[in-house]
Amino acid sequence: MAVLKVKFTKTRRDKLAQILWILNWISVVTGVILFSLGLFLKVELKKREELMAEKDIQYVPNMLIAVGLIACVINFLGGKICYDCVDTTNFLRWKLIMLPYIVCTFFFTLCVLVGALMCYSMHWELEEALNLGLTQAMRFYKDTDMPGRCFLKHTVDMLQIQFQCCGNSGYKDWFQIQWISNRYLDMSKKEVVDRLRSNVEGKFLMDGVPFSCCNINSPRPCIQQQITNNSAHFNYEHQTEDQNLWMKGCREALLEYYTHLLQSIGLTVLITWLFELSVLTGVRYLQTSLENMLRQGDPNSESDGWLLENSLMETARTNLSIIKSLGKGNQIDTADNGDPNIDVPSTSKAHYGPDNVPPKQKTETN
Amino acid sequence: MALLKMKFSQQRRVRLAQGLWLLSWLAVTCGAFIFCLGVYIKIELLRRDEVMENTEIHVVPNLLMMVGLASIGANWVASRVCQDSLDPSRFPRWNVILLVWFAVATLLCCLLLAVVVLSYALQGRLEESLKVGLRNGIRFYKDTDVPGRCFQKETIDRLQMEFRCCGNNNFKDWFEVQWVSNRYLDFTSQEVKDRIRSNVDGRYLLDGVPFSCCNPVSPRPCLQYQLTDSRAHYNYEYQSEELNLYSRGCRQALTDYYMGLMNSTGPGVLSVILIQVSVILSMRYLQTAVEGAMALEAPEGESEGYILEKGVKETYADIREKVNNLLKFGQVDPASEDAGAEEGEKAAEAMEKAATPPPAS
Repeated sequence: MAVLKVKFTKTRRDKLAQILWILNWISVVTGVILFSLGLFLKVELKKREELMAEKDIQYVPNMLIAVGLIACVINFLGGKICYDCVDTTNFLRWKLIMLPYIVCTFFFTLCVLVGALMCYSMHWELEEALNLGLTQAMRFYKDTDMPGRCFLKHTVDMLQIQFQCCGNSGYKDWFQIQWISNRYLDMSKKEVVDRLRSNVEGKFLMDGVPFSCCNINSPRPCIQQQITNNSAHFNYEHQTEDQNLWMKGCREALLEYYTHLLQSIGLTVLITWLFELSVLTGVRYLQTSLENMLRQGDPNSESDGWLLENSLMETARTNLSIIKSLGKGNQIDTADNGDPNIDVPSTSKAHYGPDNVPPKQKTETN
Repeated sequence: MALLKMKFSQQRRVRLAQGLWLLSWLAVTCGAFIFCLGVYIKIELLRRDEVMENTEIHVVPNLLMMVGLASIGANWVASRVCQDSLDPSRFPRWNVILLVWFAVATLLCCLLLAVVVLSYALQGRLEESLKVGLRNGIRFYKDTDVPGRCFQKETIDRLQMEFRCCGNNNFKDWFEVQWVSNRYLDFTSQEVKDRIRSNVDGRYLLDGVPFSCCNPVSPRPCLQYQLTDSRAHYNYEYQSEELNLYSRGCRQALTDYYMGLMNSTGPGVLSVILIQVSVILSMRYLQTAVEGAMALEAPEGESEGYILEKGVKETYADIREKVNNLLKFGQVDPASEDAGAEEGEKAAEAMEKAATPPPAS
């Protein structure tokens, strides 16, 4: 009982082959698109790698790049095959390769689907990486004299300006770390010493933020210092003021940006997957109809095309048994666990007599 | 003596027509490129419209857009002429149009050259316009509650951060302007009262700059206020500090940006001029060669193509005469009628003189 059987006349077969040839070339283009999307994602992640902790998130763009390249190769081959399928003599060249090709393409489309799903699942790992990375970056904001960390101030400032955000979850994160280096603190001043002493770890904490947190849309010149002190500034109310600084946290802003990017890429990959699946189905129909035509012997006859020769269950059973027998070919014997030292009764036809016969004694006397 | 004469066999004529057809389509794409270039420059100028006082510099992108569109049309006509050129029955109708076409195409080349020259010549005017525009922007920075000026603060802040500049000439421009609005000044405070009184105009001036002047590259958290007072900040030297704020003035930054933009389009425009000139010359050759071929008894034979039928001086004299005749034809000039009558009289006299035998021999 074949699965989804369709009758194919000669003209329909030829048309199918031509259409599949064009579709395969379009798939090569989509493979290139996948490759470039993976490359773009890789570049975007690398650009902000200073703000992300050491989590393994590069596997997603790497997967997309690999899938894109393989798609190009597979569909290029598919295009050649379909081009030759119009002509029966050329088809014979590809007859043996077609089934393995279809199986490979089937597993490849599974990879494409996995790639698309990975794009959506990356969200949580990315959030973790950003959380840790931003905390680190803000901690080392003041260390502009330490090699290896001297650019973190610039990176964080540009991030806050570009993404219009402040701090990790909000601007209050800056109140909990010392972001002014000791080099610029006058230790002889009483106020500085008081602040340092008021803190357990001896950090200079203040209710101020760097200038990059300032909101451009504020009607008033930016208030950066003594943010929580209403009396320090004229006509200022800390609780109701929301236009002075950027309210969004940088983790949220970056996550939004990357999620948007990943969703677009994931959608494109899903559409590519559907396209590949349809091309695969077409190639399968073409292969089965051409093989049936060959079996019937007449190149101009009508033939059947199907997805599977028997029903799904039967095909699964036959394939499993094939795989099992392939496995058995290399085995010695499962009975004695393959130990060569155990006596195995001989099954050959030659019979040399019973074993426990004592040697013939010479009764002849001389 | 024809100018730059060349012989054209039938095959060469065909090749010339085909080559010119391709070249004219290339010129169409060049025209589209010029148009897009003009649109791009215009958009970039409009984006910073608020800090420019006049729009004189807009003549450059306007010209580019006009020339681009005209060039698309003219070169499309050229391609149609090429298609008809090898058909003797259809070619003659293009004769008058070709005259106009040559004039238009030469005018387009001249306009493109003018654009290149203008983009250099208008630099001074651009700087003037920016100077006045930025001065106003800085003056109205604090007026975020005045309708029509409420976005000046955001514009100037964005400009300073994007172009990494501060003030008009440098950051000291902010010291001369009150950029903190009176709404946020506590008039009961002694410090505020002192500052306002110390100034003739009653403005609140301070040696501080807005946050958008801060340089993110600086190793130290940004110092915005009390900039001239080296003692107000620890380990700070006003004269030698150069990383704290942006050192460039916004006028310089914007002028550099726009000049860079227009200069980088220079080579592109020059190559488009070259392509257009080659289209004009090839069209002239094609026209003369095909006309020559049509005049021959054997249309498949060789003909001559040239740029000008006679030498440059003679052609110029011819054209001048033609223009004079055209002008004379339209005139209802009593002077010329009198002159005509006089001439007629003189002719009659001469004839009489000739007729009458010379006196007294």
